Amino acid sequence: MAKGSTRGAGSLRGSWLVSGVVTCACLMAALALSGRGSKAYTAYSLAVHKTKAIPAFARKYGLPCSACHTAWPELNAFGQAFRDRGYQLGNDRDSPIWQNPSYIPVTFRMTPNLHRESATKQAVDAVPGDGTSGLVSKTITQSGFDLSGMDLWTAGTLYKNISFVLLPSSDNTGAFHFEAAFVRFDNLFSNRWVNFKVGKFELDNLISEKRFLFLSGNGGAYQGYHFLPAGDVNDFGLGDNQIGAELSGHSENSYTRYGIALLSSTDGEVNLPTNQGYDAFLTLSHAVDVGSLGVERLGAYAYLGRRPTYFQTSVGTPIPGTGTGNKPFYRIGLAGDFFFGDFELLPFVMHASDDAYLATGTAANVALPPGARDARWNSGFVEAHYYVNPQLVFTGRWETVRMSQQADPTLPSDLGNIDAYSGGIRWYPIMFSRAGLSWHTEVSAVRTRGSAFSATDNVWTTSLFSGLDFDF
Amino acid sequence: MRLHTRLVALVSGLGVLLGTAGVTVGSAQETRIGGVTGHAAAGKKVYRRYCILCHGPDGDGNGENAQWIDPKPRDFTLGVFKCRSTPTGTLPTDEDLFNAMSRGFVTTNMPPWLPLSRQNRADVVAYIKSFSPKWKTTKAGTPITIPQEPALTIESIRHGRELYQKMECWKCHGAKGHGDGPSAATLTDNRDLPIRPYDFSTGSRFMCGVTNRDLYKIFMTGLDGTPMPSFADDIKPAEGWDLVHFLRTLQPLDTPELAMWRAWLATHAGELKPIGPAGPGQ
Repeated sequence: MAKGSTRGAGSLRGSWLVSGVVTCACLMAALALSGRGSKAYTAYSLAVHKTKAIPAFARKYGLPCSACHTAWPELNAFGQAFRDRGYQLGNDRDSPIWQNPSYIPVTFRMTPNLHRESATKQAVDAVPGDGTSGLVSKTITQSGFDLSGMDLWTAGTLYKNISFVLLPSSDNTGAFHFEAAFVRFDNLFSNRWVNFKVGKFELDNLISEKRFLFLSGNGGAYQGYHFLPAGDVNDFGLGDNQIGAELSGHSENSYTRYGIALLSSTDGEVNLPTNQGYDAFLTLSHAVDVGSLGVERLGAYAYLGRRPTYFQTSVGTPIPGTGTGNKPFYRIGLAGDFFFGDFELLPFVMHASDDAYLATGTAANVALPPGARDARWNSGFVEAHYYVNPQLVFTGRWETVRMSQQADPTLPSDLGNIDAYSGGIRWYPIMFSRAGLSWHTEVSAVRTRGSAFSATDNVWTTSLFSGLDFDF
Repeated sequence: MRLHTRLVALVSGLGVLLGTAGVTVGSAQETRIGGVTGHAAAGKKVYRRYCILCHGPDGDGNGENAQWIDPKPRDFTLGVFKCRSTPTGTLPTDEDLFNAMSRGFVTTNMPPWLPLSRQNRADVVAYIKSFSPKWKTTKAGTPITIPQEPALTIESIRHGRELYQKMECWKCHGAKGHGDGPSAATLTDNRDLPIRPYDFSTGSRFMCGVTNRDLYKIFMTGLDGTPMPSFADDIKPAEGWDLVHFLRTLQPLDTPELAMWRAWLATHAGELKPIGPAGPGQ
């Protein structure tokens, strides 16, 4: 009896273990196999790292990655406060004068990887090479070893309360652009509520797409941050770095934060390619300490922008920078960051609207198509992280985008709707104050309503990704 | 047979239970800070995330980064702490450790950990106390009594200046509080590591706080483990406030003390004798 009981208990534990493993395996397999048999060519390139972690700071202050990051590159409360103070710890040793002269605040980040991308219902020639053979629907798949883009971070303090960031970033062919470049002045008038920065920077999104824990072609971006309805010519993405100036402030522990930004209407592009319009972005968040659960934060945001609908022309060719006929759009919503011990939940909701002219790609000096109206949609996601320890984290995310009003009333109401699922594991085999290495494995699948053949088709795109994400 | 196996199971179960309880009792160091109870076991996890690279896995201040840091990280195994509300030579209260961690140490690598939840900080305090056996055998000291701060007067500042001379503060901190007194270069801490006196002219905060009460506490309790002694037996409690008022005039801040001192100096500067080996300071 006793032996039986013992065996029973062991079996019970074993069955729980087996059950857990099988459940996880099934879940992962289901996500992976959702694109099974696909053969699609996809445009996913992992071109540019969207994430930020700066071991240059870890080296400067001798802190482990985990001091500022729940799991790098995502910031924790301490890292957020450090960033809000203008990359200063506030111990009167932040100025460069206190650093060893050989110290250079430079960080490199890249991710050699193996990945597989797949997309269903792609339009391909019935006979390869014969453009007259007609288009047929096929699933296209590609896979192999690859590189990510590279980030070359420099960031630090120029003087007490004056900091900078310069981030030349390349795609995986080595073509560089400036992902971020700004100077920041902190504690103006000796007041932590008055900080100012000018340049190109990430919007003060409560849930940062630049610092999140997903890297795959499908999972490596928040759908809602970049979604645009079919036919919409707006170029705005909430996850895109913008050029402008930001006034921000925070409480001593950064539990309360605000940001007001005035931005060029260029979606972060240099050379003023559109016009002289300006956008505004407002954020406000507050966190509360709820004891053993952790620090819980809730915030609201609003982006109010305009985009030109046509350009002055010369011999029929648009003249860059002469955009006019501006039409408005907005994105508003709420975001949260809730901890339940080692479990973190990140909910996000957004309501979005693009003016009918933008949504239908119509110049403001001509008549709208009959019945055209503003495009409106709602999006949201819930992201979950479980931190086994500072060196191992499990991630999962569910996203949705739902059209609530098509600009063209003849279109199906659900055209463009998206459901996306991502899950992954990041393991940091080493974690010192000098560098970081993570083995990142992720699976992601996106279902989009509408294909080249039918507005009622569901197109599945999937990513399988495993890479060594290093940061030095 | 059946009874026997049940008995074995029961005894085994009790053994496991007792064993577990034993482990729990052995490691269950707790702190009470305000309404928060800190637990050493939970604190270990937080410590490993935030503190280990400087203070080391054993709390002896020999973490991976210790070799690069000046001043060196605190060695918790010694059970000696600078910032206390308790008399010199005694252990600090849990609140002292909690406040020190929240505040950080100016002009060192120790940042303010205020953004961490109160629970996290309380847990770490409990864990830090597990590094030294002192905490098992000795109780924390009783916080000193800090009298009400008297109104600021020019006499108080001047008397504070006299005390600065008389107590030979200038020998380490220098005549102008720049940390460049004649003894400054020779100072070492309790681990025989070089240590610099506080430079009043550059720091915006004191080592153990920002308020006048914090400054009062520093020279009435001393900074244990450093050459900064306690003056509790050498000056009267009221005189402590005079010293506070004078030291405030050495800081690069717009303090009421500095404003009053400058106004007085405008007409009385000639009456002062320089601080240093020759002068009485007044």
